[in-house]
Amino acid sequence: MTGVPVPYRVVRTRPETADTVSITLAPAGTAALAPFTPGRFAMVYAFGVGEIPVSVSRIGAGELVHTVRSVGAVSAALCALRPGDRVGLRGPFGTGWELPRAAGRDVLVVAGGIGLAPLRPLVLAALAAPDAHGRPNLLVGARTPGDVLYAKQLSDWAAGGGPLHCAVTVDRPSPTWRGRVGLVTELLNEAWFDPANTTAFVCGPEAMIRATARELVRRGLAPDRVRVSLERNMRCGTAHCGHCQLGGALLCRDGPVIGWDLARDLLTVREL
Amino acid sequence: MPDRRTTAVLDLSGLDALVEVLRGQGRTVVGPTVRDGAVVLAELDSARRLPFGWGTEVEAGRYRLVPRADGAAFAHTTGPQSWKAFLHPEREKLWSVDRGADGELSVTEERPPQPSYAFLGVRPCDLRAIAVQDRVLAGGRYPDSGYRERRVGAFLIAAECTEPGATCFCVSMGGGPGADAGFDLALTEVVDADGHRFRVRSGSDAGEEVLAAVPHHPDDPATGTAARSAVDAARERMGRAMPPVDLRALLAGSLEAERWDDVAARCLTCGNCTMVCPTCFCTTTEEVTDLTGDHAERWQRWDSCFDLDFSLLHGGPVRASGRSRYRQWLTHKLSTWYDQFGSSGCVGCGRCITWCPVGIDITEEAAALQAETSAGLPHDDREEPRR
Repeated sequence: MTGVPVPYRVVRTRPETADTVSITLAPAGTAALAPFTPGRFAMVYAFGVGEIPVSVSRIGAGELVHTVRSVGAVSAALCALRPGDRVGLRGPFGTGWELPRAAGRDVLVVAGGIGLAPLRPLVLAALAAPDAHGRPNLLVGARTPGDVLYAKQLSDWAAGGGPLHCAVTVDRPSPTWRGRVGLVTELLNEAWFDPANTTAFVCGPEAMIRATARELVRRGLAPDRVRVSLERNMRCGTAHCGHCQLGGALLCRDGPVIGWDLARDLLTVREL
Repeated sequence: MPDRRTTAVLDLSGLDALVEVLRGQGRTVVGPTVRDGAVVLAELDSARRLPFGWGTEVEAGRYRLVPRADGAAFAHTTGPQSWKAFLHPEREKLWSVDRGADGELSVTEERPPQPSYAFLGVRPCDLRAIAVQDRVLAGGRYPDSGYRERRVGAFLIAAECTEPGATCFCVSMGGGPGADAGFDLALTEVVDADGHRFRVRSGSDAGEEVLAAVPHHPDDPATGTAARSAVDAARERMGRAMPPVDLRALLAGSLEAERWDDVAARCLTCGNCTMVCPTCFCTTTEEVTDLTGDHAERWQRWDSCFDLDFSLLHGGPVRASGRSRYRQWLTHKLSTWYDQFGSSGCVGCGRCITWCPVGIDITEEAAALQAETSAGLPHDDREEPRR
């Protein structure tokens, strides 16, 4: 392995859902990581517990935000952090969404569950450069209304008035949910994009990625313009530990963002 | 002007002197020696520790030492270890972290100076395996600094093969019993009526320097002819062969083969093949803390794709079945390794066959996949799977 973690300080934490927390980090000392771009990830080290790969969910001036869902020992430790606590960061690693490659085209962002986290900085970057692209779209699916990340920001965007077309749907509504119910692919009908001139960015559970990418290709998107972000176990981030293999790809190096032209065959073989 | 490359002949005292010269340079000399009923790799304080008079008898799932009347030192096949145990050790501390009273973390990368190794008796297959690990661990965007330090400092003395084993198949993997490149010195052992000696060729400036410091005889035609013919004969005596097909394409096209069910019914998913493989490089990490709770260490250790935790994501392992884990190992080794690192991951050393407790033979598995692919028959018309 190469490189040791750089100490970062927790500036603030913000619960997003019952099991998910956004953690804002700033360098604890003079050392800092190289700048991140949307879609890339850091290996986040919880002292005495371990290290996991986490994408950046916001890139600020001197600050990074990671949105972490508590599903294991390390992610639980990260979700329990308090302001002033320290973590270690290595990175940035992996491929990014590479929004500039979508210049001149409509931008279609499709997220499922925690998959919205790595896509948020992409949406913010697209909104910050409105003239570089066609209309940006953000379609979000979640299991229940309680699982919708960044709910306030999404409801502001969904209320309309801005340049972003934003729609949210849930699988299982609560009694008070007044929004859409169903699969995220059903939101495609109302999105504003020209399939012949669109780049799509997709992240979520693999079943959702498969269904979304197939539907987009059916509607006429070129497979390599459907960019998907994939997840596998990672121990190093530097293409040495072998855990993140998916066929011929090492997802920490060749991913996590890859084109559907490459991902398609990898995600259709069971237990690959 | 090419660098000068000397060919010479060492007698047994010359071999002793070689080890002494290397030790005199401060090097840790590692080579084969007999221990616990096997030829293992260990530090040698003298060339006398080499396995003189021992050969090996190997088959799928079987390894035995057999005495040899000729007293040869390098007439054994590969043992249960490979040089990765030294260049890419089983356990290595990556960093340690101390937490101060105010919660501040101080991270230290502490690697003591790495040994300056001299490897004595590296088989040509293992030379290629070292080159494969060089590409994996030191050839990418993030070279492994510990590996690189150990590797750059290592002095490699090849021992050409004159007694290939029954599980050897290096020739069918594009290699062979002779050493062409990638060594500082290459030895070929000759035992005949003219005596017990080693033809030695230098392959680097460092090799020249060491050879100059070791008493040696000039190369002679009889030794040269004997050495070359022994290596040529070994080439024809490989115990096994991979099917002569494009293995990369075969495996890439065999992801849904029925043969995986057949091999999975025999495979214990023990991971032995990955431990003995000279190119398998996968590692995992462990967090170790002390009783104060303010000191933690990050350790790296070998891991195996046969372990359930290897592919663990929240919700469970990606590769839960033995079928999928065996397929991952063999497909990676023979096919996707090209995509990742530009070569095959297999050098044909045969260790995975010898040390598999149930005798799974990767050349037989590849041949079965080839037969299944080329038959292209519907299921009902195919032979019943064996065993």
